[in-house]
Amino acid sequence: MKARVTVYPRKEILDPQGKAIQSALARVGFRSVREVRAGKSFELDLGVDDAQQAGDLLAAMCEKLLANTVVEDYEIELLAADAS
Amino acid sequence: MRCGVVVFPGSNCDHDVYHVLKHVLDQEVRFLWHDEPRLHGSELVVLPGGWSYGDYLRGGALAALSPVMGAVREHAERGGLVLGICNGFQVLTEAKLLPGALRPNRGQRFECRDVYLRVERADTPFTREYAAGQVLRMPIAHGEGNYEHFPYELDRLERDRLVALRYVAPDGALADEWNVNGSARAIAGLANAGGNVFGLMPHPERCAEEVLGNSDGLALFAGAVRGAAQLAGAGR
Repeated sequence: MKARVTVYPRKEILDPQGKAIQSALARVGFRSVREVRAGKSFELDLGVDDAQQAGDLLAAMCEKLLANTVVEDYEIELLAADAS
Repeated sequence: MRCGVVVFPGSNCDHDVYHVLKHVLDQEVRFLWHDEPRLHGSELVVLPGGWSYGDYLRGGALAALSPVMGAVREHAERGGLVLGICNGFQVLTEAKLLPGALRPNRGQRFECRDVYLRVERADTPFTREYAAGQVLRMPIAHGEGNYEHFPYELDRLERDRLVALRYVAPDGALADEWNVNGSARAIAGLANAGGNVFGLMPHPERCAEEVLGNSDGLALFAGAVRGAAQLAGAGR
């Protein structure tokens, strides 16, 4: 089973990278943009077939390594087999 | 008294720390390789600055899970002294040996310059040779030193007196323009509740000799060496 994990800085936390990207967008003409949050995305081939088990594994991975929950939030998405 | 300096792939201040401990303070020092879960009897363990594992994922995140860190954690839990400098501080927060996290600098830039620090606690082994309220000058060199935590956790840090060093103006006053990276509560250095684990973003090893034009950092190592020797003598 494949999955995607997205990690973003928590909303309350300043995101200097997002701010820099936003001002660069404004510089090239995209002035209407109100906010950019820059995060990371991971695609994983989990090696298990059960959705429940996959969700548990992903949550554990996020808590242990993929996200630092002091400053980041994460989202987990299981990908349909035919999307791969 | 034995000191150990951990070497991760990408550490680049390991030799500077080794030099201060060995040649300035005349201590027995060895390097500790990240891949070995052993401290070889080190009573003071230093995690140096650099870019451990390329700082992939987040600064210090992969290093925090390396084999040597298991031994560092046991050492810390037994009350042994652990010092994390710059990337080493990031490793300690990622390993949850110190609270909070270090985010990209508020100004979006890598900052490489001298800063002023106020000693908030002079009762840890690492700050015992300073006076509370003393202002130190130390160099920094980091892109991700912006200390963050949940607001209620920041309140708890203050209540438990874990904040050991803050960024201040040269006269020792708190001032936002001297908070070089935007750290919450101007936090530059922290101790754990026991005072035996200590992390800071500035580089005391780069200002530990008169010949470098600044020796404000030497007392931090001298205090740690004395503290570790006392712990060892007490048969901890």
